Amino acid sequence: MYIIVVGGGRLGYYLAKALLDEGHEVLIVEKNAIICENIVEEMGSVCIRGDGCETATLDEVGTGRADMLIAVTGDDEDNLVACQVAKHKFNVPRTIARIRNPKNEAIFKKLGIDVTVSSTNIILEHIEEEVPTHPLTHLLTIRDKGLEIVEVKIPPGSTTVGKPVKELSLPPESILPLIIRKESKPIVPTANTILQAGDQVIAVTTPESEEALRTALRGA
Amino acid sequence: MGCGRVGGRLAGLLDADGYTVTVLDTDAYSFRRLPPEFGGTALIGNGINEEALKRAGIEEADAFVAVTQGDNRNVMAAQIAKHIFNVPRVICRIYDPLRRELYNTLGLETFSPTTVFAQMLKEKLES
Repeated sequence: MYIIVVGGGRLGYYLAKALLDEGHEVLIVEKNAIICENIVEEMGSVCIRGDGCETATLDEVGTGRADMLIAVTGDDEDNLVACQVAKHKFNVPRTIARIRNPKNEAIFKKLGIDVTVSSTNIILEHIEEEVPTHPLTHLLTIRDKGLEIVEVKIPPGSTTVGKPVKELSLPPESILPLIIRKESKPIVPTANTILQAGDQVIAVTTPESEEALRTALRGA
Repeated sequence: MGCGRVGGRLAGLLDADGYTVTVLDTDAYSFRRLPPEFGGTALIGNGINEEALKRAGIEEADAFVAVTQGDNRNVMAAQIAKHIFNVPRVICRIYDPLRRELYNTLGLETFSPTTVFAQMLKEKLES
């Protein structure tokens, strides 16, 4: 695949490296001449100096034949425009924008960007995972279906410990596909599976039902 | 949005004509460009931020003009105004003529001072 990466900062640099390792044809477009030189010196001629939001630059780098454009500059508005230009001027099939302000996720979606990756949200989620008392961890969001996969830890002393799954009052749109248990194989729970302290319950739910799910699994 | 020379002047003109005007800029120092008799509101805030736009009253606005120095900022703010808040009239300055062309075809009302001014100069020279 031919992939254009707009922005040669830390994210663009490591992204390009990873994509090159996977065997893709990669080109970084970076405004800053010094950053550009450093990349070329290290990785070869995979970086061109220019403004990735400019039609002329994108034309020059052959965006017309690109399979994907990924905009990872530090400015949300630049990433938006780079993706829109790629999409509407050059018909690039897939555009991905990094966003820093999580609020922009909905806006970008509405403005036609295929995929957005919110670096702030991802960092937050990872930190959440490391906070041991955090009752519910987001693992994955299936955005176009409005679903998410979360993990709920069952602490000792929860009122639900010892109860079978069928007795939990789960919110209607939530299902439990997996329970990860210490020193045992992961299990696919049935109606009669008994919850144990320390279980990591993986659930599919909706953002609206998160609270109800947490209560159902851990007790009030 | 954007209280530079153009934004500040436009705000002053519209205010003098009796319109209710709110100017949004990230830099309070820019408000020095507003005429002393300016009777509208000057707000510190970033026009690509929904909250700032709401504070500026975008939900009731009849028109939104994006004239910051950044083409992309203008484009993003204008699209938010048009597609998220459904402001009836949205005008956006884009210096880069090619980018302007694209967003024009995408339905934004845009103008490029670069094109306009170059054309004007040419006509002046030829007359």
